[in-house]
Amino acid sequence: MRELTIPLSNETIRSLKVGDSVTLSGVMMTGRDAVHKWMIDTFIKKTRQPEGDDREVYEAIKPILKDSVIYHCGPVVSGLETQDYKFVAAGPTTSIREEPYQGDVMRHFGIKGVIGKGGMGPKTLAACREVPGVYFHAIGGAASLIAQSVKKVLGVYKLDFGVPEAMWVIEVKEFPVVVTMDSHSNSLHAEIAQNSKAVLDELLAR
Amino acid sequence: MQDLTDQILELVRLAATDLPPDVEKSIREAMAREAPDSAARSALQTILTNVELARENSTPICQDTGTPIFYVYYPEGWSTRKLRQQIEAAVAEATRRAYLRPNAVNAISGKNSGDNLGGEHFPSIHFEEVEGESLHIDLMLKGGGCENVGAQYSLPNTELGAGRDLEGVRKVVLDSVYKAQGKGCAPGVLGVAIGGDRGSSYYASKEVLYRNMEQANPDPELQEMEERLTDEANQMGIGPMGFGGKTTVLGTKITGLHRLPASYFVSVSYMCWAYRRRRMTVKDDQISYQ
Repeated sequence: MRELTIPLSNETIRSLKVGDSVTLSGVMMTGRDAVHKWMIDTFIKKTRQPEGDDREVYEAIKPILKDSVIYHCGPVVSGLETQDYKFVAAGPTTSIREEPYQGDVMRHFGIKGVIGKGGMGPKTLAACREVPGVYFHAIGGAASLIAQSVKKVLGVYKLDFGVPEAMWVIEVKEFPVVVTMDSHSNSLHAEIAQNSKAVLDELLAR
Repeated sequence: MQDLTDQILELVRLAATDLPPDVEKSIREAMAREAPDSAARSALQTILTNVELARENSTPICQDTGTPIFYVYYPEGWSTRKLRQQIEAAVAEATRRAYLRPNAVNAISGKNSGDNLGGEHFPSIHFEEVEGESLHIDLMLKGGGCENVGAQYSLPNTELGAGRDLEGVRKVVLDSVYKAQGKGCAPGVLGVAIGGDRGSSYYASKEVLYRNMEQANPDPELQEMEERLTDEANQMGIGPMGFGGKTTVLGTKITGLHRLPASYFVSVSYMCWAYRRRRMTVKDDQISYQ
């Protein structure tokens, strides 16, 4: 198992291939549905004006995301009342919902890795080639186990989006993932979808 | 009437943190079937390690603690109004203790209520008066990833060549498994309802998931269909997490409802491997959990 450290270099990213099991250590950020929509609407397509702390948050997350990883995760967090935050359960959420946004978000912030589950589509795969970046698949539902690799919660932005939807800045150690989409246009998900379609067609014809 | 808030809190804790034995056994058996050194086997191994860890530490198996779906079967004399209040109090406390993630989001304002309470449909509570002296509360926690890949078909379906018979049902169910790929946290369990209206059909497809995985279908024809669907779904090779492999589906449960002459719905509720369901029984002041 290869051990990678964030920030990730272009060279490291290009060396990764579909099927590689790796661990990630360093600082990353969670972000899912509300966050991706907020990024696109406010700062990328600019269809809405920044308001409240939008600009401040944007400036704060830019250096965190550069050459780092965004994790599709809505954690269970303890210590909400005392702000002594700890991740109790933190598995990946289904990534495909971010397909309309992910590629542009990766380009805009220079994000090198996306962690989630279920894989993503052609738009994200194209961004992986350009940026370059990769899609790391975590084990869906393995939330208690993954929470153990989250060593520290460094901060949180947009907690008003709700606990699952906020941006949690975390320090992880040896977070286990598998590369299922690489920067050379390979996607395990596209391959499995194609193979299973052939079997489905055969079963439907019976 | 007894106050069951603390006992219901324990039911929620158990459901969120302790995977039922029949489900765990089924995942172990699936792991043994996968090739050594395969991504499928490794994913199932990770899943089982996580299941043990969650049980030991009393932490959620999955961070998406889902929609809490309660079915309350109560003998004559219980107040459903008070039971509802107690369930809601237990759910809010379970959220405070981080057994549950705050999951109730107002669809209009986008605000998360913070305590898993949101009007009369969140948590989802169904009451039914039953004969006898025991009160049963069944709880299922169904996550969003698998709920999103559920599907409802209206037969006939020309595209899939599915007519209004069990053969047609087979075709649309297989299509739903193909469309789900690994996105519903495969290997999943399929709850299938045939008939009903759109609403009752979807409810029934979830109710059938309260059955034990090892419990045979009372109807031999449906039992055979369940086995065939599981087998054929697995032939698609989607595998755990969609990594490829022999186990896409751990099992299938089918139920039939009466339908209108004009309608023939098939509803599929996909349950992820984190198939969290528990039952609590109250009899003569004695509480037990299954």
